Amino acid sequence: MGDKQGRTAGHRTVSYAKYGYLFILPFFIAFAVFQLIPLCSTIYYSFFEYYRSGLKVIGPSFVGLDNYKTLFTTDLGKYMGNTLIMWIIGFVPQIVVSLLLAAWFTDVRLRIKGKQFFKVVIYMPNLIMASAFAMLFFALFSDNGPVNSVLMAMGLRSEPFRFLSSVWGSRGLVGLMNFLMWFGNTTILLMAAVMGISPSLFEAAEIDGAGPVQIFFRVTLPLIRPILVYVLITSMIGGLQMFDVPQILTNGEGSPSRTTMTMIMYLNKHLFSKNYGMAGAVSVVLFILCAVLCVVIYFALNSDNTGRQTRRHARKRGAVK
Amino acid sequence: MKKNLKSLLAILMAAAMIFALAACGSSSAEPAASAADSAAAPAEASAAEEAPADANAKVLNIWCWNDEFQSRFNDYYPEVKEVAADKSTTTLNDGTIVKWTINPNDDNNYQNKLDEALLKQDSVADNEKIDIFLIEADYALKYVDSDYTMPIADLGITDADLADQYQYTKDIVSVGGVQKGTTWQATPGLFAYRRSIAKDVLGTDDPDQVQEALSDWSKFNDVAEKAAEKGYFMLSGYDDAYRTFSNNVSAPWVDGTTVKVDPNLMTWVEQTKEFTDKGYNNKSSLWDATWAADQGPEGKVFGFFYSTWGINFTLLGNSKADPDGPDEVGNGAFGDYAVCYGPESYYWGGTWICAATGTDDPETVKDIMLKLTCDKDIMKKITEDTQDFTNTISGMNEIASSDFKSDFLGGQNHIALFAESASKIDMSNAGPYDQGCNEEMQAAFKDYFNGNATMDEAKAAFETAIKEKYPELTEVVWP
Repeated sequence: MGDKQGRTAGHRTVSYAKYGYLFILPFFIAFAVFQLIPLCSTIYYSFFEYYRSGLKVIGPSFVGLDNYKTLFTTDLGKYMGNTLIMWIIGFVPQIVVSLLLAAWFTDVRLRIKGKQFFKVVIYMPNLIMASAFAMLFFALFSDNGPVNSVLMAMGLRSEPFRFLSSVWGSRGLVGLMNFLMWFGNTTILLMAAVMGISPSLFEAAEIDGAGPVQIFFRVTLPLIRPILVYVLITSMIGGLQMFDVPQILTNGEGSPSRTTMTMIMYLNKHLFSKNYGMAGAVSVVLFILCAVLCVVIYFALNSDNTGRQTRRHARKRGAVK
Repeated sequence: MKKNLKSLLAILMAAAMIFALAACGSSSAEPAASAADSAAAPAEASAAEEAPADANAKVLNIWCWNDEFQSRFNDYYPEVKEVAADKSTTTLNDGTIVKWTINPNDDNNYQNKLDEALLKQDSVADNEKIDIFLIEADYALKYVDSDYTMPIADLGITDADLADQYQYTKDIVSVGGVQKGTTWQATPGLFAYRRSIAKDVLGTDDPDQVQEALSDWSKFNDVAEKAAEKGYFMLSGYDDAYRTFSNNVSAPWVDGTTVKVDPNLMTWVEQTKEFTDKGYNNKSSLWDATWAADQGPEGKVFGFFYSTWGINFTLLGNSKADPDGPDEVGNGAFGDYAVCYGPESYYWGGTWICAATGTDDPETVKDIMLKLTCDKDIMKKITEDTQDFTNTISGMNEIASSDFKSDFLGGQNHIALFAESASKIDMSNAGPYDQGCNEEMQAAFKDYFNGNATMDEAKAAFETAIKEKYPELTEVVWP
């Protein structure tokens, strides 16, 4: 190091590196203040008994792994399950509809008019605040709300269906809202992916006599796999952090019987008494879960890339020969 | 392919139309849904900060969760000089500026913000310090049993000043004989019933005869059965009767670190389950849209357990067909209600004024407390103007024996019933955990009533929720 500096000084060259560090400094400051320090203090406090009883602050006093022990004796597994179920209810239709729309919008033979308009429209639900969206659904699907009026007026039901008192009714609503909010975003991502495929591949497939269904499954789908994996991962991480929609829809109770209570809602429950210890423990578990998923996806993506590269190399080599 | 696309488009369009229709429908239903919060909603806006015009003027900070006290203060405090256009401040005759900080109650929001502010009380400038904050009965002890509230004796308010107040309103804010708050209202509860439905079911709408038919729980259940036969609901939902049971418990919720569920609350569970299974109630929850609609002109519910503020504020508002229309007979169910004592005496709600420790203007705080809670003439005027039941025993007894009558209750003098009921309220079993325990009890057993949980699951859910809310509580004992 000293030797290097001596050499640069000797050669009278100017080091611009320090400016580089200066320019990226704001990010590191912001990262440290808003992410790193809170992250560390969360992990730190998860080993402490630290809450408020009324206006009295209890602790912080070190309790080792007690918070984690308590955590795993509660219904944590159930809340993980809820989160997963509601994520799947939303994600399956989301990916199916998005694929379908992406395939149609990018199909040169269909020549859909007003593509831009539809792109805006399907993206729209994502612009509404999740809490406002949840309030809207709460009013729509309440026991004497408009949906029930319609169902009864059409003669489909003789009495109101109590959506928010039924387990699958409320889980379904949460899934439906997540689907409506995110399918537009996914469609646009997938459209970008499909448009990145060389049109000559589609033409070649057509000349070979492939139908639209075959083209979709044999050409489009395999080629957009990296983006699909990306969508899956981001959606999964988003799903793990699901909070605002079920929180507002069920007034924070995860009703009925906590079957719509997600991990973050459970975390929020501990903040009633400002229980930083338990809330910290929940956060750490969530953090580890997210980290594991990220690592898995990272390697999945990477191996995919190298696979394609080797294939391409092989093809090139073949061409040269 | 093209044909497929067309038909799919058609389906999509149809779906979009249904969605749009439904959305239109919701906007008309919205006012009913948010009726409960309407008191809090406009209040939030007025919490907007406005710098006092005169930087040297004394500032009196008052914290509350809706505009009820604010309007009482602006209307009845004699020293009020002028009120700002957006109501965020009130100027007094001596130049003091009263600054209102209003945080709605939902999801514990008011207490969370108040706690943060109180914990910082020592470190902020005098004009930033909280001088007065308001509390509710359910969590009064949380603040009363802390150093953040001042004993009112230290302000110079004597027992003689308070002599004419109802005893329970003093007990609820006292710890070890030291009183730390005072209120302008007493909130005894009554059973408000629909006259037309009572006539149909019982053949009479006379309050004395209806009371006779509802004087204990077994009679109450009999009337419920009769009402159901005629196609009515006895109560609107699960929590309507809750207060009549929870106010008549034999011990406080928590003993040491053990939660002891009172047998009387299990009676509530049994009764409500029976009512639900037999169709005696309309499966609503307090403050939800169904509950509010049940009180309106189309409602088929025999009656509601309501205390003072509930009758002249909530029930009256919900009963009208045209919410913006005049308060007169002919507008919805206005005039079709009457009140009787019901099976058990109870109270519900109430707002207390506390002086925050560290206030920089104890003289003004004292004067506000004296004028707005101990001055018989002002108290009587509030009752006559607003039908609220105020905290002056002699004043209320005078109105009770006068020819005062409420048009909303079909000409009944309900103050007479309140005055009778208020003297019977016993608050000795109140505790600092009441709010959380009551809320979680109602939430846990709602699933049981709805058939989504068994009795044991509901009990387990209550235990889980309580231990989350209050980490210091270790055990729940069931009767």
